[in-house]
Amino acid sequence: MRRVYVVSGGVSKFSKARPDKTFQAVVKEAYDYAIRDLDLTFEQFTELVDGSVASYFSDHFQRQLMSGIMAQDYLGLCPKPSHRVEGGGATGGLCFQEAWKSVASGDMDVCVAYGFETMSHVNTWKGNEFIALASDVSFDYPVGGFYSGYYAMMVTRHMKEFGTTVEQMAHVSVKNHINAYHNPYAQKRHRYTIEDVRSAPMVAWPLTRLDICVMSDGAAAVIFCSEEGLAKLEQASGKRYPRVYVESIGRGTDAMRMSDRPHQTFDEFMAKNALAIERDSMATSAYYKDLWDRGFRYPGVHSFRAGRMASKQAYERAGVVDPLHEIDFVELHDAYTSSELQTYEDMGLCRYGEGGPFATSGKTFMPGIDYGLNLPEPPLCAVNPSGGLIACGHPVGATGLMQGVFALWQLQGTVKKHFNDDKLQIAHAERGAIHSHAGTGTYVTVSLLRKEA
Amino acid sequence: MPDHDEPKLPRKIEETDDGQTVFNVPFPRTLDEAALQMLKNMGPIIFKQPYQIDYIHSYGQDSPFFAGLANGVFLGNRDPGSGYTYATPRGHDMYSGTETEWVVLPGEGTIHAFTVCHFGSEEFLPQTPFVLILVEFEGVDTLFLSRLVGVDPNAASLDWIGMKVEARYLRNSKLKPTDVYFMPAGDNA
Repeated sequence: MRRVYVVSGGVSKFSKARPDKTFQAVVKEAYDYAIRDLDLTFEQFTELVDGSVASYFSDHFQRQLMSGIMAQDYLGLCPKPSHRVEGGGATGGLCFQEAWKSVASGDMDVCVAYGFETMSHVNTWKGNEFIALASDVSFDYPVGGFYSGYYAMMVTRHMKEFGTTVEQMAHVSVKNHINAYHNPYAQKRHRYTIEDVRSAPMVAWPLTRLDICVMSDGAAAVIFCSEEGLAKLEQASGKRYPRVYVESIGRGTDAMRMSDRPHQTFDEFMAKNALAIERDSMATSAYYKDLWDRGFRYPGVHSFRAGRMASKQAYERAGVVDPLHEIDFVELHDAYTSSELQTYEDMGLCRYGEGGPFATSGKTFMPGIDYGLNLPEPPLCAVNPSGGLIACGHPVGATGLMQGVFALWQLQGTVKKHFNDDKLQIAHAERGAIHSHAGTGTYVTVSLLRKEA
Repeated sequence: MPDHDEPKLPRKIEETDDGQTVFNVPFPRTLDEAALQMLKNMGPIIFKQPYQIDYIHSYGQDSPFFAGLANGVFLGNRDPGSGYTYATPRGHDMYSGTETEWVVLPGEGTIHAFTVCHFGSEEFLPQTPFVLILVEFEGVDTLFLSRLVGVDPNAASLDWIGMKVEARYLRNSKLKPTDVYFMPAGDNA
């Protein structure tokens, strides 16, 4: 596999609805921004790009199949190679990785990944119905298909197993919304309090409206290249671009129906799912042994095994042993505050069962921002510095690529240029992780991005 | 001369008033340069486009489960080798790849996880608030997603987890997994 650089990206401003443009024209906003940021003309880039990967989740939302080729066509990329990827909420993350593969494999020197979703063409509850069709239509959907309900069930089990509280989850909402206050691309920019989150209308107990991301219209684009591709782009622009590359990728999956998720033994977990740092620590092994002695089983419905396996694969390929101390920031799939907290555990930022206290520790918050909270510990590894899905919005096919763009800007040190505000710039960021997740943890991708030394 | 009359071919598409019919859309009366330029400032046309379809859905190898529910029997699947038992039907075991066999499951279980949906997908919105549960059964390795009745949806509590529940069946099947639902055990009211 060749080294693959991420050189540019663009994001449309996510919003509730974009009736002013068709989806192809919204994709073009993100695409043109990424080209402009390379200091290239449209014609120059079109000449140099070898192909693309398109990302969108649902044909239902627009009653339009083959939207991928419609974007390809509108962007002027025909007749270059392309394909569309789909994997629920992880669609954008999968697209990011497929574009990486196109370059890493030697198939392309320059590849653009673009993604979009147009969710405003149906009302919110019909939209929830479409999304719920991503659950088994024989056994899950007819019982009351509603993803917020599914995630709420998963977290009630987490609360029962570990004593996780709604206030701990609300910390995630406060953090991500206040981060987004400084991100002009975000859909929701509000300074909420824990009380605001808890007093918002209850959607699926115990998740309130402020524990859950919103539907959006939006698009994002990321440009990948090989060493040779980079040389061609730089020759055309006469510029030298900051060196940020994809250090590794990882993916995992789990059973479609939550009811089918295994309840593994301690030995199975340690052999198949534990991270090196967990296996090598006597204290952590003992901690887990005690959990199992008290009836804990893995992954059950409280943990995302796919997220753990994606992280494990990405870490092992990059040689990351202690993710909390070796990764400077994480953009993760917080469709729900509960899933951010559960993902801390899957990604090994804390141990299984400790996501609640970890959420309130302060370690995942940004330095220099006043959250109006009493946080016992200083920031260590910012999680969702952009505001995440909860505040930025979740136009499904664009989301995982949006994370890639924000991670790139962090590692380039160009947040101020793109946001007109440097509040969210993490100083000296060397390595970032992006994490994309499909319904109830069926497909999960983790990609590590790194600044070249 | 042709030996038959020329067919009378339609010269226009007949216009009707059904479906979406628009009688006037504002537009510049004259299309000069300035008017063409001004079209860029026009707001988007937005309208409603209905779509409705009936699917022919087959339960395939899972069909006996639904036939069971229609007859008040709760069926699951078991791997013949390992005995691994699924509360939600599955034609082949995920570990051995072997075709599973049908077994009758106990009608009583305990709540493993739950939520109360105060909102929902459009189809289920009129039923809110409703309670979703994942049920676990003694000797069964996987769970079953179902509805719970007989608890106050406005008094949700983590204490519901672990509650013993028993299966109830619709009198007349609707051929859906909701043909079975659960009540707190021993609640015969």
